[in-house]
Amino acid sequence: MTSAKRVAIMVTCMVDQVMPEVGVAAVRLLRRAGYTVEFPAEQTCCGQPFFNSGFRAQAADLAKRSLDIFEPYDAVVLPGGSCAAMIRKEYPHLLERWPGGVARAEALAARTYELSEFLVHVAGWQPAPAAGAPRVTYHDSCHMNRLLGLGAESRALLSAAGCAIVEMHESDRCCGFGGVFSIRIPEVSNAMTQEKVRRADATGAEVLVSADPGCLMQMRGFAHQTGMRLAHLAVLLEELTR
Amino acid sequence: MSEVSFHTFRAGAALAIANPHLQSAVDGATLKFRNDRRRALADLPDVEAMRDHFKAMRAATLANLGEHLEQFERQASAAGAHVHWARDAAEATQIVINIARQHGARLAVKAKSMTSEEIHLNAALDEAGIAPVETDLGEWIVQLAAESPAHIVVPALHKTRQQVAELFTREVGRPLSADDIPALTEEARRALRQKFLAAEIGISGANLGVAETGSIVLVTNEGNGRMVSSVPPVHVAIMGIEKVCPTWDDAAVWLELLARSSTGQPLSVYTTAITGPARESDADGPRVLHIVLYDGGRGGILGTGYEEVLQCIRCGACLNHCPVYQEIAGQTYGHAYSGPIGAVLVPLLHGLEQYEALPHASSLCGACLEVCPARIDLPRMLLDLRAEEVTRGIIGPPEQAVEKSAAWLLGQRRLFGLLTDAGRIFQRPLVGKDGLRVPRRLNPAQERRLPTLAPRSFHALWDELAAEAETAPAATPPRKAARKSSRGRMAALIGASALPLAVLWHLLRRRGRKER
Ligand code: SF4
Repeated sequence: MTSAKRVAIMVTCMVDQVMPEVGVAAVRLLRRAGYTVEFPAEQTCCGQPFFNSGFRAQAADLAKRSLDIFEPYDAVVLPGGSCAAMIRKEYPHLLERWPGGVARAEALAARTYELSEFLVHVAGWQPAPAAGAPRVTYHDSCHMNRLLGLGAESRALLSAAGCAIVEMHESDRCCGFGGVFSIRIPEVSNAMTQEKVRRADATGAEVLVSADPGCLMQMRGFAHQTGMRLAHLAVLLEELTR
Repeated sequence: MSEVSFHTFRAGAALAIANPHLQSAVDGATLKFRNDRRRALADLPDVEAMRDHFKAMRAATLANLGEHLEQFERQASAAGAHVHWARDAAEATQIVINIARQHGARLAVKAKSMTSEEIHLNAALDEAGIAPVETDLGEWIVQLAAESPAHIVVPALHKTRQQVAELFTREVGRPLSADDIPALTEEARRALRQKFLAAEIGISGANLGVAETGSIVLVTNEGNGRMVSSVPPVHVAIMGIEKVCPTWDDAAVWLELLARSSTGQPLSVYTTAITGPARESDADGPRVLHIVLYDGGRGGILGTGYEEVLQCIRCGACLNHCPVYQEIAGQTYGHAYSGPIGAVLVPLLHGLEQYEALPHASSLCGACLEVCPARIDLPRMLLDLRAEEVTRGIIGPPEQAVEKSAAWLLGQRRLFGLLTDAGRIFQRPLVGKDGLRVPRRLNPAQERRLPTLAPRSFHALWDELAAEAETAPAATPPRKAARKSSRGRMAALIGASALPLAVLWHLLRRRGRKER
């Protein structure tokens, strides 16, 4: 990295449109960790929804667009494990047939980080323990956990901020979202989400935390059946480190 | 006409989800299998290295499948077995029927065989006047209930004890209590024992075939496989061509991973190796052994991007760990092969058009890949199948239009911003404190609250957030600031153009419910 203290944030289309407070919190956390945050305003979507529903040409177009937008930056941080996994794991082979695509995609992949990963491994940032931090349970979102191998980072940040973590039964079980899956097969998607929310609620935690906006949006659809608050990791950490 | 369209799949799933017996049976059984598998694998010194080794072995075998099969045929024939080759289900069932007729068989006992389910052997035997009787307890239950297997290893996993007692009561004509499991098994044993003794032919599958000796291996937990292959005078084994294993050293790894991944046992209770028919000197055992090597579309998968799926050893771990399978069980998949492996394999064997919904029966969570002993990348193949559905036009024009316009729109940052801002205005009358209110048909699960667009997008918040960097960090999010009214008016004007997209979206939602 040439200037280690400058990062671009890719907020993801879902955060941009449905839960901008997650992007706001992520930016503030990065600043607290000592970084200058840039927001390339041309950004929209990483292309994952189209990749997952089989529309590869459309996904590739959005991937190329994201390459153009984020290539000038030394590091790109996303407050969403699934989109980070899209760039890191899928862009290189998605752009295989595009001359120079693989090299460019791999170069971007190497500079792309999920937020908790960046805070822990790159910034070396640790929140101070906050008084009155809630009891939380953490949902391991699938792509973040299985494709990026992340989860310990979120837990470490939550513990450092003073949260007691109560593990739910099979925290790595899918929340039922699956993007287009929740539209194509909603009956099953909803049943999976209800099961997930039940298991989280059974821990007695005050807050169900996820580092993935997609999972959060899906689980919020059923969270009213419980007394739990659902919060993105960034939002909770931001509140606890003011 | 699709066998498993979105409509049929969703309807089946809804029934399964609403069935409390099925839910509790499947939850309990799959959880037990998950826990047992974890414990069983933890006992191995280096299970990850073992899985890598196994995968490499399976890949190498498939790369030279012809040679291994020929060696298997040579060795099996040398040991006295008759080896047959069947291209499709019609050929395979005909071979079995011919053998049965040759020996004047009226009754056939069967050990659990997914391949025989795949070729619908029972129906074909019935039609030919040969009565098939399943002797695996689970298969027998499913046969008594006139259903298809709900799991590739545990066919009756979706049935509760009470349901089994009812079925047995009907079969034996005497009331049996669900609480007396020994009595139930005793009843099954008595009924099946008579069949074993009366049957002229025994039919089984084969978990694997070892090429170096021409042996087939049967794995069961009830011993019925051993009875089927040793009591009747004739034994027919049907084996998919991909199940060939070069050596006994390879077979040792195969069997260990199979038992541990499947039921969490170090080894299944009965592992039976059969090399040729009974010898002259043997006191008992079948005098005739036939082995049917079944292609059934497997050969067509070789050499394609899906070849890896043929590494499957049908352990069922991917089913037990799949959150989709756990909600709906196997019958929703419309085929004997269910769960993630079924969702990939069935469209490949029988046509993507016929099973268009199966590649979508997954949230792509990756649990299957994580647990598969052969590390088969099922999520990648589900994605590839979805992409094929798009390029081959199986996904119809309305959905293609929705997806393509949405993708195009996301490439136009300004227009996208204006349209979503318009959406913020148009959604207002529909936004309650319980989320977005839409007609019931657009949100069949009314208990689900739909997300709404935030009052302001992150793009709209950025200027204030950027300014914040110069001052001290603000304590409250800058979301309450006044809306820029000129932008709002502009958005309202543009809003009308969002209408066609909304209509297309509606079409997409409706497609799944449409009778096809
Ligand atoms: S795909 Fe893998 S996990 Fe699933 S049944 Fe086959 S071998 Fe087992």
